[in-house]
Amino acid sequence: MNTIAATARPAIGRGLRLQWEPAQNAHVLLYPEGMIKLNGSAGEIMKRCDGARTVADIPADLERSFATTGLGDDVAAFISMALDKKWLEIRA
Amino acid sequence: MSTPLPVPAPRIAPRPGPPLWLLFELTYRCPLHCVFCYNPTDFSRTGPELKTDEWLRVLREARALGAVQLGLSGGEPLVRDDLETIVAAAHELGFYTNLITSGVGLNETRLQALKGAGLDHIQLSFQDSTREMNDFLSSTRTFELKSKVAALIKRYDYPMVLNVVLHRLNIDHVAEILTMAQSMGADYVELANTQYYGWAWKNRQQLLPSRAQLERAEATTQRFRAQYGERMRIYFVVPDYFERRPKACMNGLGSVFLTIAPDGCALPCQAARMLPGLQFPNVREASVESIWYDSEGFNHFRGDAWMKEPCRSCPEKAKDFGGCRCQAYMLTGDAANADPVCDLSPFHHLVTEAVARTELPYVEEKPLVFRDHR
Repeated sequence: MNTIAATARPAIGRGLRLQWEPAQNAHVLLYPEGMIKLNGSAGEIMKRCDGARTVADIPADLERSFATTGLGDDVAAFISMALDKKWLEIRA
Repeated sequence: MSTPLPVPAPRIAPRPGPPLWLLFELTYRCPLHCVFCYNPTDFSRTGPELKTDEWLRVLREARALGAVQLGLSGGEPLVRDDLETIVAAAHELGFYTNLITSGVGLNETRLQALKGAGLDHIQLSFQDSTREMNDFLSSTRTFELKSKVAALIKRYDYPMVLNVVLHRLNIDHVAEILTMAQSMGADYVELANTQYYGWAWKNRQQLLPSRAQLERAEATTQRFRAQYGERMRIYFVVPDYFERRPKACMNGLGSVFLTIAPDGCALPCQAARMLPGLQFPNVREASVESIWYDSEGFNHFRGDAWMKEPCRSCPEKAKDFGGCRCQAYMLTGDAANADPVCDLSPFHHLVTEAVARTELPYVEEKPLVFRDHR
């Protein structure tokens, strides 16, 4: 697992594309000759990984959008997993 | 006393999902003459190629159904001078675009235009097995062409993905091939053993490696993997003739893949046109939606109603869908049989006999048939 600084700004990995697919009613992550269909929470996290928001901003933004609290650990765990899988990257 | 006649339960097949993966075989024209090409051997009798606006209409219709991946292949897709237009339209519609090319015809002007059009990914394929491969291994013209194209691909910030088709005549050179790939700066190398369709089927006995060759090649691949790790990822695709269970071909015909042949014929896989008794619709005459959901050509091999034993009662039928219909047809004469690669098939001996013949001290003296217009 990566340890990520709260100030890091994750972005969709090079060569990958995130988009909303009405036909699948889901966000999908496209990569060469393949596709990952994301569940609702994963889609909401990934679409906020735009290279501008920081790792600290993302759960705060989600908590505001969905009027909830305490998402920090789950979001951090997902981002860490997504970095390991190279779905996300931290650009220098 | 009469017993009621058994009433068969109505078979309501679930509506298939969308054609997620669209493959445009833009043209059968190609500057190369590969002995392992899977294009149909009678490709020169195929009707005229679709025009640009026809390809664009298919893109829009398939995308509206939910298609997301677009493969651009052939033949050599760079032969079409509207490739950039097709890529731009596909990108605009939200396709992830993959170009599968030999690199012949890829210069900086075209790559710059393709990048600008939004091309996502390039796979540089190694085409000719004997002439070009010898040329490559002896560091001459082909090596220079591929290296130049590889450098260009990297300069435009694409990962350098090299695909090399393996067979009896080059599989002993895996070490040299990987060394060359490394010196070209490949990030990924796919060593794909030949699949026996089209021209490759004609040349099968000359191309099928022996088990010993295969094992040596796998050991060599392992050695390179250990040496290069993440810097050059190597995939090794074993030829299915050496397996005991068939591949889940196309993830089941009509489940995900939609191929459009150069003349507009819509196929559930690139080779399916060989299957007898099936009519495959043409995009010139029908919408992509009606082709995908309503045509006999796409519905026939969906589900498992078409299966014979041993597939019909096999617990693995949901995993491999009985294997490849084309291989079943080519080897057994009936496309509804189990793929004879499966050792449960009563025809499995046809595969093991072909493999056994590779162990003979000589291979049948028969000239290789180079892909050509005939």
